[in-house]
Amino acid sequence: MKAIVYVTLKPSVLDPQGKAIHHSVESLGYEGISDVRQGKYFEIAIDDTADTEASKAAVERIAKDVLANPVIEDYKVEMINGDR
Amino acid sequence: MKFGVVVFPGSNCDHDAYHAVSKYLGQPVDFIWHKETDLSGYDAVIVPGGFSYGDYLRAGALARFSPVMRSLRNFAAAGKYVFGICNGFQILCEAGLLPGALMRNAGLHFVCRHVNLRVENENTPFTSQYANGSVLSIPIAHAEGNYTCDDATLNALEENGQIVFRYSDAEGEISDEANPNGARSNIAGICNQDRNVLGMMPHPERACEELLGSNDGRGMFSSLAVSITRQSMLQ
Repeated sequence: MKAIVYVTLKPSVLDPQGKAIHHSVESLGYEGISDVRQGKYFEIAIDDTADTEASKAAVERIAKDVLANPVIEDYKVEMINGDR
Repeated sequence: MKFGVVVFPGSNCDHDAYHAVSKYLGQPVDFIWHKETDLSGYDAVIVPGGFSYGDYLRAGALARFSPVMRSLRNFAAAGKYVFGICNGFQILCEAGLLPGALMRNAGLHFVCRHVNLRVENENTPFTSQYANGSVLSIPIAHAEGNYTCDDATLNALEENGQIVFRYSDAEGEISDEANPNGARSNIAGICNQDRNVLGMMPHPERACEELLGSNDGRGMFSSLAVSITRQSMLQ
């Protein structure tokens, strides 16, 4: 079992790195791209014997306490069974 | 009086802070390895600059979980002085000892130069030797110094006099041009509500010698010494 955690900057927070990436993409000639936001992606491997709901609750706490800074970031947790 | 300087793996301004205390205050100072938990006997602890844990995850995010941080929280709650400089400021924000967060500089560059700071509150244990409105020349060296917080936090900081330093020009004018990193409201340093915890991005410990371009940073260390002396007389 795996937990996937996405950490993204809150929409109200400026993302200068995303902006710089946006500029680079535009300089390659791609049109119609209105915005780029950069975030983080985590894969957390969990014993298959563990309870899915309890594991998800634990990962939510890990995301809130460690992986994201709630002052500036949001997070989203997905649980995946089997390989990916 | 006794000072401590916390050392995390990746701290690199610990010796500068040690030097500033031992040379300019002439006071005893120890390095405190981040695995230590006993802070009894210290009057002030400096959380120095550098790249604790290689800035992995976010600047200051992992240092927050070092054993010394639990003790530092109690130390601050007991009214002792905690001084976070640069990465130390980032760590104190991550640890919740100071509000807000430090993000990537608006211009994306690592900025390393002297900047002007206007003293916004002389009534703190760290700034009593300065006057409100005085302009200090202090170096910055960071890529993540862009202070941010929500509106409610900013209002509270303003109302409680917790904004201690702002980036200004040489005349003390606050402007976007004088803001090196995009920090909200030009904030360079803040304190907690009780004013015994200060965090700032600029490096006063690097501005203690004329030879290095400025000794404007000495006042912070001498202010702290005065505060510690006063505190010990009251006890």
